[in-house]
Amino acid sequence: MIGYYLDLALRSLKRNMSLTVLMILAIGFGVGASMTMVTVMHVLAKDPIPEKSKVLHYVQLDPRPLRGYVPGDEPLEQITRRDAETLVREHRADGQAIMTGGNATIVPSRANLDPFNIDARWTSTEFFTMFDVPFLKGAPWSAQDDANHNRVAVITKELAEKLFGSTDVVGFPIRVETTEMRIVGVLDTWNPIPHFFDLMTEAYGQGEQLYVPFTTSLDLSLDHNGSTNCWDSKHDDPKALDAPCEWMQMWVELDSDAKLDAYHDFLSSYWAEQVRTGHYERPVNIRLRNVTDYLDYNKVIPSDAKLGTVVALGFLIVCLVNTIGLLLTKFLRRSAEIGVRRALGASKGSIFMQLLVEAGMIGLVGGLFGLGLAALGLWAIRHGASAYGHLAHLDMAMLAATFVLAVVSSILAGLLPAWRGCQVTPALQLKSH
Amino acid sequence: MDFIPIISTLRRHRTASILIILEIAFTCAIVCNAVFVIRQRLAAMDRASGVVEDEIVRIQIAGIGKKTDPGVVTRQDLEALKAVPGVKSVAVTNMVPFGGSSWNTSVSTIPDDPHAPINVATYMGSRDLIETLGAKIIAGRDFNPEEYIEYTGGGSNVRIPSILITKGVAERMFPGETNVVGKNLYVWGKDPSTIVGVIDTLARPNDFQGPVGFTYALVMPLDVDFTVGGNYLIRCDPTRKAEVLAAAEAALKKVDPVRLVMKRQTFAEVRKDHFTEDRAMAWILGIVSISLLVITALGVVGLASFWVQQRTRQIGVRRALGATRGDILRYFQTENFILATAGIILGMLLAFGINLWLMGKYQVDRLPAEFLPIGAGMLWFLGQVAVLGPALRAAAIPPAIATRSV
Repeated sequence: MIGYYLDLALRSLKRNMSLTVLMILAIGFGVGASMTMVTVMHVLAKDPIPEKSKVLHYVQLDPRPLRGYVPGDEPLEQITRRDAETLVREHRADGQAIMTGGNATIVPSRANLDPFNIDARWTSTEFFTMFDVPFLKGAPWSAQDDANHNRVAVITKELAEKLFGSTDVVGFPIRVETTEMRIVGVLDTWNPIPHFFDLMTEAYGQGEQLYVPFTTSLDLSLDHNGSTNCWDSKHDDPKALDAPCEWMQMWVELDSDAKLDAYHDFLSSYWAEQVRTGHYERPVNIRLRNVTDYLDYNKVIPSDAKLGTVVALGFLIVCLVNTIGLLLTKFLRRSAEIGVRRALGASKGSIFMQLLVEAGMIGLVGGLFGLGLAALGLWAIRHGASAYGHLAHLDMAMLAATFVLAVVSSILAGLLPAWRGCQVTPALQLKSH
Repeated sequence: MDFIPIISTLRRHRTASILIILEIAFTCAIVCNAVFVIRQRLAAMDRASGVVEDEIVRIQIAGIGKKTDPGVVTRQDLEALKAVPGVKSVAVTNMVPFGGSSWNTSVSTIPDDPHAPINVATYMGSRDLIETLGAKIIAGRDFNPEEYIEYTGGGSNVRIPSILITKGVAERMFPGETNVVGKNLYVWGKDPSTIVGVIDTLARPNDFQGPVGFTYALVMPLDVDFTVGGNYLIRCDPTRKAEVLAAAEAALKKVDPVRLVMKRQTFAEVRKDHFTEDRAMAWILGIVSISLLVITALGVVGLASFWVQQRTRQIGVRRALGATRGDILRYFQTENFILATAGIILGMLLAFGINLWLMGKYQVDRLPAEFLPIGAGMLWFLGQVAVLGPALRAAAIPPAIATRSV
């Protein structure tokens, strides 16, 4: 039966090409525009580290003076160097890493390559194990390297290839600014989206290419990237150990709720100790947000992307209403034909099916067209200059979703017209001829 | 024209009529809001910088490793840049209007205010900064040469005796006061800074605080070296910008070759980069709006054609009974007008509803009332254009068709 319906649908669609094309265009445009934006949202809202987003926690404390404290205030967005260094030394969580963004000039040893500037991260050894950073060659530097402020570096595959034309470069020297460092590891492709562990630098950027122990970066006063916020002018250097400035991030890994509670307790006693020694003044106000909560809290998805999605979905609704209207016209125009089929014994159900098949067929072609448009739309977004543009790719899941959306929506759009179509009274239609 | 028979006909085609009304309503609501957001974005992109944009180029430079004497190199740089043909004035500054990364501080009329009312972008630069920017001082004066303090970055443990503020800061901090020159503000530390002059406008490097903060900036008399931000601003002959940029880069490389040029742009390019997202959004919304209008027009054509075909005999009868071509034409035009009006009324309610929702979620203002007549006029016009083809075809139906059986 379906084969016969397909044949009927094809004939009917051919009979009025302009109307058919119009419907296909409407579905195609609606699906294309909405899938472009939904794909962008899908990329932007992805869980950057699905296996660990519930066990990694971001540490927020508040060492500001009591003056200006309002109960219910959020603690600081970042932590101070003093807190970072103390807490990482205390080593009470399953994993802990302190870090800050940076940038540095690399001076290549190859004569034909000019010095260039790259984004970097100054961090501590457990960064790599906590965030499951994949190593192509070598391994993270050791806790000993952190303690001794050793001149060691981990670099990305891309940087290795650019500098040496190979990734087999463990043990090679790399010149960072004016200092020679030893490469201990080469990373495989790794750029979690969004850049969750430090939202003070670009959330949807290209990621960092160089990793150096934080202690070493301080010795060499390597540049800091990100936000520095100081609440007291009595300091000459915001990076000094006791500077009243927040500019670092700290993440801890806590594998169970019990451990989360225990770490919270540890931080509370740390806080009490800080109050006792005069470093802290405010009442205890700790946040230990996991990755998902931290991203929500920071409203990391650009509001333009959300606005665009809302508009695109509105556009799809108009396209669907349009298709419903056109299908209705098309089916009612064929009242005579339907009347004859009904008189010859076709049930209402089979007429309904026949009309739905026709609607589905339009959806299928419209979906293909919409897919093309979505690919074009994503291409435009990639080549536009928005900060997250380079991420806009159609993956298999979205490809399938686009297609399902097109067919489902056109069948939905076909429901009302098909129902109206099969209500045709055969006698009335036959009489008028 | 009599509305009653048209409305009773539409009643008999309820589903189709409701669909077309809904389509017009949704289109009206979305297009009104989209055009409104586009207008806001375009206005944002037109925001004044307060500087002579046509004459300014910028080179951002970074040293390799820590310099032992950046101050000396900076003075040599400035001399070298001034010697470039076509250059009028040169300054080194920590940041650039619309340039992205920024320095900010809270500002208050009382010392150590934990609830300081505003946060302000803090410009600092060499002696010719105001002259190079071409910023307009509307009250008071520029800094005197002896007011400058050498600053190499780092903390804010520096006493700032005098500052220049923008009109925006003056109006916010001293509402209703006509003369703020000579008044004090607390910027860095516990000591007050005296306002020596008011600048008309000086845009912030970024939109860090949203629209409220757009006009908040101040200038400190801190003579920075090139390691503080590394921005050389060059004011030059507007016809020679490309040539000046190339010569300036060469001049800097000659002073100290162990440096990296990070950015080399005219101010027009700085502005263009800054408003990339706004421009992209305006384009997307523009394309969506036009597509919506086209789709809706095609929907009207489709439905009207169907009705003309369905009513062929009825039209023939009317013509045979004496209706003119004009009567038939006007019938379909009026019918479309009624449908469009219903769609517009519903659409406007929806438009203001969506606007309210957007106001709550994204930084969007209230939809201005003038969108009502403009939106309505646009959709009426669109409907009339779309229906014209089918209506003309209807008017062309000969009366004889009434006597023929189909």
